[in-house]
Amino acid sequence: MEHIAHDETSFVRPAEVGEMELYHAKTWLGKYVFSQDAKTIAIQYAATAIAIGMVALVLSWFMRLQLAWPNTFTFIDPAYYLQAVTMHGMIMVVYLLTALFLGGFGNYLIPLMVGARDMVFPWLNMISFWVYFTAVLLLAASFFVGGGSTGAGWTLYPPQAILPGTPGSEAGILLMLASLAVFIIGFTMGGLNYVVTILQARTRGMTLMRMPLTVWGIFVATVLALFAFPALFVSAIMMSLDVLLGTSFFMPAIMTMGSEADHVGGNPLLFQHLFWFFGHPEVYIVALPAFGIVSDLISIHARKNIFGYRMMVWAIVIIGALSFVVWAHHMYVSGMNPYFGFFFATTTLIIAVPTALKVYNWVLTLWQGNIHLTIPMLFSIAFLLFFINGGMTGLFLGNATVSMPLSDTLFVVAHFHMVMAVAPVMVVCGAIYHWYPKITGRWYHEGMARFHFWVTFVGSYLVFLPMHYLGIMGVPRRYFEITGTTFLPDSAQNVNASITIAALVVGVAQIVFLYNLIVSAFNGKKAPGNPWNATSLEWQTETTPPGHGNFGKELPCVYRWAYDYSVPGVEEDFIPQNVPPRNAQTEGAQ
Amino acid sequence: MSTETMASDSLELKPGIAGFFDDWSSDQRAFKGVPWGKAMMWIFLVSDTFIFGCFLASYMTVRMSTLEPWPSSSEVFALSFGGAPIPLILIAIMTFVLITSSGTMALAVNYGYRKNKWVTFWLLFATAILGATFVGMQVFEWSKLIFEEGVRPWGNPMGAAQFGSVFFMVTGFHGFHVSIGVIFLFIFSYKVARGHLDDHTPGWFTKRGGNYEEIEILGLYWHFVDLVWVFIFAFFYLW
Repeated sequence: MEHIAHDETSFVRPAEVGEMELYHAKTWLGKYVFSQDAKTIAIQYAATAIAIGMVALVLSWFMRLQLAWPNTFTFIDPAYYLQAVTMHGMIMVVYLLTALFLGGFGNYLIPLMVGARDMVFPWLNMISFWVYFTAVLLLAASFFVGGGSTGAGWTLYPPQAILPGTPGSEAGILLMLASLAVFIIGFTMGGLNYVVTILQARTRGMTLMRMPLTVWGIFVATVLALFAFPALFVSAIMMSLDVLLGTSFFMPAIMTMGSEADHVGGNPLLFQHLFWFFGHPEVYIVALPAFGIVSDLISIHARKNIFGYRMMVWAIVIIGALSFVVWAHHMYVSGMNPYFGFFFATTTLIIAVPTALKVYNWVLTLWQGNIHLTIPMLFSIAFLLFFINGGMTGLFLGNATVSMPLSDTLFVVAHFHMVMAVAPVMVVCGAIYHWYPKITGRWYHEGMARFHFWVTFVGSYLVFLPMHYLGIMGVPRRYFEITGTTFLPDSAQNVNASITIAALVVGVAQIVFLYNLIVSAFNGKKAPGNPWNATSLEWQTETTPPGHGNFGKELPCVYRWAYDYSVPGVEEDFIPQNVPPRNAQTEGAQ
Repeated sequence: MSTETMASDSLELKPGIAGFFDDWSSDQRAFKGVPWGKAMMWIFLVSDTFIFGCFLASYMTVRMSTLEPWPSSSEVFALSFGGAPIPLILIAIMTFVLITSSGTMALAVNYGYRKNKWVTFWLLFATAILGATFVGMQVFEWSKLIFEEGVRPWGNPMGAAQFGSVFFMVTGFHGFHVSIGVIFLFIFSYKVARGHLDDHTPGWFTKRGGNYEEIEILGLYWHFVDLVWVFIFAFFYLW
């Protein structure tokens, strides 16, 4: 083969800045508790999020037990039921999924995937976790205070959220608001780190359009969070003032318990607007990292480059931008000006375009791919099925006129669980299995993982698919009991019971999942550094798991995108991002 | 942070829109020559803008939704000098003080980059004193409203209860921002005076070397707080 005149360094520009200063802790406390290593912080985030998420899972069992067999379990009274509904929703959306995707996967993967030694401000990153941990403690404390946690529903709508008669209106609601405010402060510290690391601390050769889609998804989701959480922060402050100081931001003149409340002139709709200005982007804060991660999983495990990489990136960006102008589609029945419904229905349906584009691209990536039905691939396919299902029902709920009769029925519950609960959770599971060999250096137990997948996948469908039918029949959500209602046939109750059985089974299967993760971390088979033959930088580290500083003496240089799979003429079916062009050609010529 | 600075000064950047696309399609950094802390502060400030934006939007909403008449701000915030009430005089002085502090801050940034330690110190110190004066005047304003006029967060004798609620919440949140800024201005005056930024002494918490760029980052925050005050002034006192 002829000698190529230029050497590999001429493909990438020289480093613009020097090496990152890393603080190497010497004490056990500094290494494992107040660690400034993003990977340790990621594991702390993930463990805390999963722990509090397990609480929320158990709360969902209580809800389901009551709905399936009303008044059989006497410890579940209406107040307890509403508290379970509220805490389940809030924990799952904010404290589990947001924290796990951004704090967990974000911290672990961003520095590794963009070729940085760590986050740009590791100390701030460490504080971010401990503030988040405080928020979780505050939230958990509300279970134990007098009156219990708040039962206002996860949307916390005033006036009822703070009026006497609503469970937790004494201390629960205040703890919830305080916990949210603290969470937002902690998240902002972390989020600024993620964004600046991606924008300003990439390695040589790593352009934005060479980043794996995982990083793109987490990046745009973090930007959304930084701009959407302020609305929740402000509404939490104002509602706290309504409770503590007797102001009337959200409280109109109102009769409660036979007497007039001390409020006048406030605007409850204002809260709904602020809440959903946060709440809708929040859906995409959870969904976009899932989109990004699943793109990588599908590409790696189908041994094919992602179809339409640039389209995928722009779709993520456009979905992120549009998510700020659709919030009032949660408020069609709130009493706002009906003309708003027209505007927000239009913007909502426009989101279907980039979203559908992404789904087509995932399917087209699978098309004629060399599909390995590994655990991450199974979860990715499950994600696609759940997401398509939930996306379709989104078309019903996005249209104002179709949405109104379906409002506040189990149809809505089925829709958002399909699209933003189970679908992202499928990606979480797939991603954990995918990166598990890198994070621990060991393999999980394959059989247990397969068992976990099939029970979770089939079980979740059995839970949420029948809910659509119940919703169309008119079964309302958040109701303590629906038996004895004339418009519902008795068979509705049988469906409810079967849903509950499926939910209990799915919940128990998660114990197998956790057992597998914990035990395999110590006893699992040793895993090689790049078991999936993946191209992105986190698989090319010198040691597995990567040490503090991520890479060895020298940072890797990036010469290509992250999707060089099944490249014709190359000996192996993939080329890592840090392999220079000449080396790849030589391999091909052999 | 210290190691990554200044290396970028040798970069040749294209001007205009072509340069923008060049930077964003290049590797390593999207904002060429911008240190991490500065980029982070800018993004934080955009996020903070959303907070103040939500506060001001909520203020306008409750002002429209309340049924009681809104108190006239020029009367409520008037001070009497020699018998005649002068509308908004205290606010005018407060605004003047805060805007002046932005001027001293800008000078401090400039002298910081020239590594002129003592001028930087005095300018930072003056900024801190001006900021503290602003907070002091705000305390005076609050106590006058609370003790003399009888304004409370939950009600006031002049009209809509939301007047007091929004006033204390928004000016309180802004005053909190100013106070945080004042604390950091004092900390950085100390660090400049002790030469921590000259010898890149590691920070107390972060263990990273100090640098005069931190003065500019602090300055960004301080100017932002001033800018927010201009909006609060316009929407709350002039409307």
